[in-house]
Amino acid sequence: MEELLNIFVKSIFIDNMIFAYFLGMCSYLAVSKTVETSTGLGIAVIFVLGITIPVNYMLENYILKKGALDWLLGDAAANIDLGFLSFIMFIAVIASMVQLVEMIVEKVSPSLYSALGIFLPLIAVNCAILGGALFMQEREYSSIAEASVFGLGSGVGWFLAVVGIAAIREKISYSNVPAPLRGLGITFIATGLMGIAFMSFMGIKL
Amino acid sequence: MNTQGNLYTFMYASIMVIVVAAILSFTAINLQPLQEKNVRIEKIQSILASVGIESTVENAEGLYDKYIVEDKVLNAEGEKIEGKGFDVKLKPQVDKMFEIKALRSLIAKVSGADKKEAEDKLAEVTNERQLPIFKCKKDDGEYVIIPVRGKGLWGPIWGYVSLESDFNTIYGAIFDHKGETPGLGADINASWFEEPFKGKKLFGTNGSFEGIKVYKGGKGSAANAGDLVHGVDAISGGTITSMGLYDMLQDCLSAYEPFLKAQKESEVELEIKTN
Amino acid sequence: MSLFSSKDLKLLTNPLNVDNPITVQVLGICSALAVTVKVEPAVVMSLSVLAVLAFANVIISLLRNTIPNRIRIIVQLVVIASLVILVDQVLKAFLYDVSKQLSVFVGLIITNCIIMGRLEAFALGNKPWPSFLDGVGNAAGYGVILILVAFLRELLGSGTVWEYPVFEKLGIYSIGYENNGLMILPPMALIVVGIIIWVQRSRTRELIED
Repeated sequence: MEELLNIFVKSIFIDNMIFAYFLGMCSYLAVSKTVETSTGLGIAVIFVLGITIPVNYMLENYILKKGALDWLLGDAAANIDLGFLSFIMFIAVIASMVQLVEMIVEKVSPSLYSALGIFLPLIAVNCAILGGALFMQEREYSSIAEASVFGLGSGVGWFLAVVGIAAIREKISYSNVPAPLRGLGITFIATGLMGIAFMSFMGIKL
Repeated sequence: MNTQGNLYTFMYASIMVIVVAAILSFTAINLQPLQEKNVRIEKIQSILASVGIESTVENAEGLYDKYIVEDKVLNAEGEKIEGKGFDVKLKPQVDKMFEIKALRSLIAKVSGADKKEAEDKLAEVTNERQLPIFKCKKDDGEYVIIPVRGKGLWGPIWGYVSLESDFNTIYGAIFDHKGETPGLGADINASWFEEPFKGKKLFGTNGSFEGIKVYKGGKGSAANAGDLVHGVDAISGGTITSMGLYDMLQDCLSAYEPFLKAQKESEVELEIKTN
Repeated sequence: MSLFSSKDLKLLTNPLNVDNPITVQVLGICSALAVTVKVEPAVVMSLSVLAVLAFANVIISLLRNTIPNRIRIIVQLVVIASLVILVDQVLKAFLYDVSKQLSVFVGLIITNCIIMGRLEAFALGNKPWPSFLDGVGNAAGYGVILILVAFLRELLGSGTVWEYPVFEKLGIYSIGYENNGLMILPPMALIVVGIIIWVQRSRTRELIED
């Protein structure tokens, strides 16, 4: 339990997807004009990360890894290594999950769909999602619970970052920024400064 | 044709999956022997490079046969066991190492029956460990080569460390990585990073195992910390990779401690002890 | 009819300035941050993206009338990923040294949203030849910014250009100059891109946001 909490806090603050690894920047910069839209996208990212990381975890450990097919084929499978397929499998899971989520939300709750709808396809190309899957593969979490908590935590970290920059951008629109720097330019610089601030979390061991 | 219907979508997806899977598996299976040969040659070249022997793809195997005179596997006590060091897969061995570490910290925490169980498990895992080691004979002396492997930021990092015949001084070190950040962590395989390892010592003056320490550069550099015997400087900006490298060296080299100590103390000829 | 109509030429030149993928379309930022510490990886990355984007654009453009709308994202990603993995596998077998240089970038290319973005925005609705040009143009626009950022970061952060010690040769260290270690850290890439946007928009007024 303690371990799960550690992973959760670590993935939100210390290993923040945006500020520590700079993943998922494109949609982060593109949609952070207002707090409302960025909240929508943030929730969608939490949702998709929370689903795809455990699914990819199972895929990795029961199909792709060397010897992972033991449960199906017995000892004969010990030498089967489908590792070269991991990229394409992960990305296929992400893309299909995103489209599945899109369809389900559309059927179940049209009001949520109209709020989130346009952002959902964007998430498939959000490198934070694939990055999350690759980190999960690399860090070799020992159980699916740990992997899920890592997925959720990374999503929450991304959510915090995007809502934070959106709030700053809403405030900045009242400031007298040099005209060529307005909008995208100042957002880049603000993100850079936020990144430097988050670096102070680096190296904290939980 | 209706390209939006369920049946069409389903068929399209199935055909796409089959075609893509067929192409990828076909290339993967057909190219595998060539790829494995490349990997093998690269391993040979890195082993040779750790003792300062330059090789090309063509002459690597010949040079390996000429210079690498012994190729052994040790157990955790430092005794020689069955097998060839070259064929030992390092990854499962490193996983065992992490398991040992986890069990040790568990034993410190629990007591009673749990402790007994953990200790049994520890003994079992320790018993299963295989430590590959190579001996190289060049014109200017004999060296042992120890493979190391650990975790970087994005993927595995590995390398080969060669020791002089005092089993203490580093003669050369070679590192490589799967996918560290280009220009930062990826520089662990650059010669400017590997060069300072030469001449560093694994054991302190009182004979205790110290290993190699990685210091942050600048004000906290090895020179400023007064530790030039065991310390090297990290890559600035590549902190996580450098720390991974530090852990890798510490964990992997310390596993050879019993062997190195025994060799150091016996001061006999460089002969891997057979039991 | 000439090979390049004026419309085709625009497909090539627009992404270099007024429709630049990084500074205007905001695509492919993650990889731009990861590979711009040194000039060399930036050039390698630009060339890889050029190859993958041009070919993925052509393939999707050829398939555009057959792809079911509901699974188009999956189809696009599968095409990109298989293309990249295929190239990686072939290089591993025949040009091992090149593949070692490139394998670092494989993951970065697949997740590069420039590729996905151009497939979605252009190749799905256009013929193969314009799609090819669009791919080349966008990759070039991406490469220009990447190499510029990498040049500034390598020069100021490490004092070198393509590993050549410029500042050392010029003797700048002897008058008390020191490398700015901050330039090597990823946040500085963002700030450098921000400054490039500033310069670009001061020159091209129509891009200014209000």
